[in-house]
Amino acid sequence: MLTVGALGAVAISATVWPFVDTLNPARDTLAAATTEVDLAPVAVGQRLTVARRGKPVFIDHRTPAEITAAQNVDPSQLRDPEADSARVKKPEWLVIVGVCTHLGCIPLGQKTGDDRGTYGGWFCPCHGSVYDTSGRIRQGPAPLNLAVPPYEFTGITTIKIG
Amino acid sequence: MMPIFTARLLLAAAALIGLLLLAPMLSEAQETPPLPHQQWSFDGVFGTYDKAAMQRGFQVYKQICSACHPVKHLYFRDLQALGYTPDQVEAIAASDQCTDGPNDQGQMYQRPCRPSDPIPGPFPNDQAARAANGGALPPDLSMIVKAREGGPDYVYGILNGFKPAPAGFQVAPGKYYNEYFPGHQIAMPPPLSQGAVTFADGTQATVPQMAHDVATFLAWASEPMLDVRHRIGVRVFLFLIVGVGIFYAAKRKIWAPVH
Amino acid sequence: MADARPGIGTRIVRWIDYRLPFMATMEHELYEYPTPRNLSYWWNFGSLAGIMLVIMIVTGIFLAMQYTPSALLAFDSVERIMRDVNYGWLVRYAHANGASMFFAIVYIHIFRGLYYGSYKAPRELLWMLGVIILVLMIATAFMGYVLPWGQMSYWAATVITSLFSAIPVVGQGIVTFLWGGFTVGDPTLHRFYALHYLLPFVILFVVLLHLIALHRFGSNNPLGIDLKGPQDSLPFHPYYTVKDFFGLSVFLLIYAFFVFYDPNLFTNADNYIPANPMQTPNHIVPEWYLLPYYAILRSITFSLIGIPAKLLGVISAFGSLFLLFIVPWLDTSPVRSSRFRPIYKWVFWLLVIDVLALGWVGANPPQGIVVTVGQIATAYYYIHFLILLPLLGKIERPRPLPTSIAAAVLSSKTKVTAPAVSMDKP
Repeated sequence: MLTVGALGAVAISATVWPFVDTLNPARDTLAAATTEVDLAPVAVGQRLTVARRGKPVFIDHRTPAEITAAQNVDPSQLRDPEADSARVKKPEWLVIVGVCTHLGCIPLGQKTGDDRGTYGGWFCPCHGSVYDTSGRIRQGPAPLNLAVPPYEFTGITTIKIG
Repeated sequence: MMPIFTARLLLAAAALIGLLLLAPMLSEAQETPPLPHQQWSFDGVFGTYDKAAMQRGFQVYKQICSACHPVKHLYFRDLQALGYTPDQVEAIAASDQCTDGPNDQGQMYQRPCRPSDPIPGPFPNDQAARAANGGALPPDLSMIVKAREGGPDYVYGILNGFKPAPAGFQVAPGKYYNEYFPGHQIAMPPPLSQGAVTFADGTQATVPQMAHDVATFLAWASEPMLDVRHRIGVRVFLFLIVGVGIFYAAKRKIWAPVH
Repeated sequence: MADARPGIGTRIVRWIDYRLPFMATMEHELYEYPTPRNLSYWWNFGSLAGIMLVIMIVTGIFLAMQYTPSALLAFDSVERIMRDVNYGWLVRYAHANGASMFFAIVYIHIFRGLYYGSYKAPRELLWMLGVIILVLMIATAFMGYVLPWGQMSYWAATVITSLFSAIPVVGQGIVTFLWGGFTVGDPTLHRFYALHYLLPFVILFVVLLHLIALHRFGSNNPLGIDLKGPQDSLPFHPYYTVKDFFGLSVFLLIYAFFVFYDPNLFTNADNYIPANPMQTPNHIVPEWYLLPYYAILRSITFSLIGIPAKLLGVISAFGSLFLLFIVPWLDTSPVRSSRFRPIYKWVFWLLVIDVLALGWVGANPPQGIVVTVGQIATAYYYIHFLILLPLLGKIERPRPLPTSIAAAVLSSKTKVTAPAVSMDKP
């Protein structure tokens, strides 16, 4: 009886799994994940948005003031404690995924004239999350800092994301 | 029993209406003034599009707006609804160049447009449009009236809303002050000026006149089936009102012995 | 006696009925079905909801024949329906506004049930099947709203599916699974379309169960007392068929007003802008019928006993529906109708105002007073179901119930000597 039950369980899960797995990201969705970006035209203080996997990646050429502001924060005071140095490869370039960690909206702050929130970083219009110049969550409902995508410098002013 | 019940229902309804009235006061924190409401020929139950205004509006679009803005969902054949004859539509289409192909050599080529073609936009893609407009993307106008709160009043408001910025208001380079644009900084330079087009029917081409005509044209572009919708709606209403009367009488008659 | 031989039609019906008692069942359940004689117009909304479901399925099937579920083409295919397909605008507006009408009808139907205690024994399962229908409707409507692939479609889908990321550990994995990718995209749209087509038929099945459960004990009534005999009821036909038809014609007048004269009242202008994954609209609002749940979701801005705010918000929003599900056991009063419950009668209307307030909160940006009102209204919603309902059954002194429906109806009239109703079929 137990054997029959075990066989049945195996048969059912082996049959159900292929159907469930069709809903997971397909191979073509998983592919095509690296993006090369030339940073040379981005002036100090300018922000650039590039697309990766259908999501915006924010690249911020930070001003010295913004870098100091980001570094002069005691990480233990933050909701998602992370030092600025752990979030950048070169202090003047901040590369983050521009998707609010609350419910997935795109924060404002990339365009001139956008509301950047009280910490001069990014401000999410959906539910009012405020991020600082290191993309760390400072106010509002979002639980985590803006994610840092995997990237590397392939030259002095070129990066490869993904 | 029923009257008390109804009274409480009215109370709840009043509370709802109160909340709805309160809502805009709280949400409109930014200081964009309310859009002035214009008289539109297509307002109301019997409203229809004014064909003469649409033709003038199309002329304004063609000579001014189309330099930057596409009307992605319009075809030349649709223009018959403006009152043009099939021959006129063919002539309008032929005055534009459309991309066709690939031909036998595998090349795309240009040819005069036909009525069955979509009206070509000013730029091949959004990137080209941004590059030519300082990073700003001129939106598609064939949906603009439905895609903005206020509809035709919004279009009219924006076209008439260019003003010198108030003292102390910093306008970013490449932007223009517009009273009715959210945030007041619009990337579009004031497009209309007195006499910018010459109307064939002799109408004075003032800025409010052109704005009103082009808003009428664009309202049609967003909702071309409004005329027929209004016409059918009236018939459906008459039919249903008769139906309500008949069923009410039948209900009264059948229930009479029970009450 | 060849003359008495029934006609060919009757004989065919008899032949079928002997093998498959379809006509006999219909006659029993739709003609003779004894219905309380005192039902008010609030009892029209059940059959209206059924008709609305049929309208939605029919319009939906015809839209599906023209619509393309692809991120690249969805928006344009909807515009083609609006512009080029014969009467496409009518079918689409009937479907889009039909969703709002359907919810309005169902909400009135639910509040009627709450006012008259229609969920009490022996109708608990009838009520619970109804709540299941509501949940299925919410899911169906949400996925349907995504299909036009406008800005609001896209971002509503993003925000609502992201709610599942609140689940600890596996949350993000579930969201990726729901999306079939790393953002809402083509695979998401495609599966939402398939489910949006499937779920209405599931609803239809649950509606059938709802009807079977209804016909087991018959309708509740404004007095909330059971039928004592034939003098308390009327055959469904013609009395309630004609009343339902009258109600339907009035409803169609309202429905037609929206379809023909204000078809975009319930939609957001942003949804006529094609979806743009790189830009979020400044103010995301769900459709009006989802606003109260959305308000509850957003009202939880604090964590509690180690549960983070985001997860707590999700639990509270789903919990608001779960409370409806278990209402038969939360309400401890043996009396059904509010007419005989002097305190509950007022508490009920406070709940109505509370839900309207939640709707208002959901429609406005969460700043200042909106947040406070939202938190108070959310708390009150839970207090109503978890404290007031169980408590009132204990402390409230109900007014005396009439002995029978017929007695109550007839005592308010001049004395009628003969029974007002004969059970003859028309």
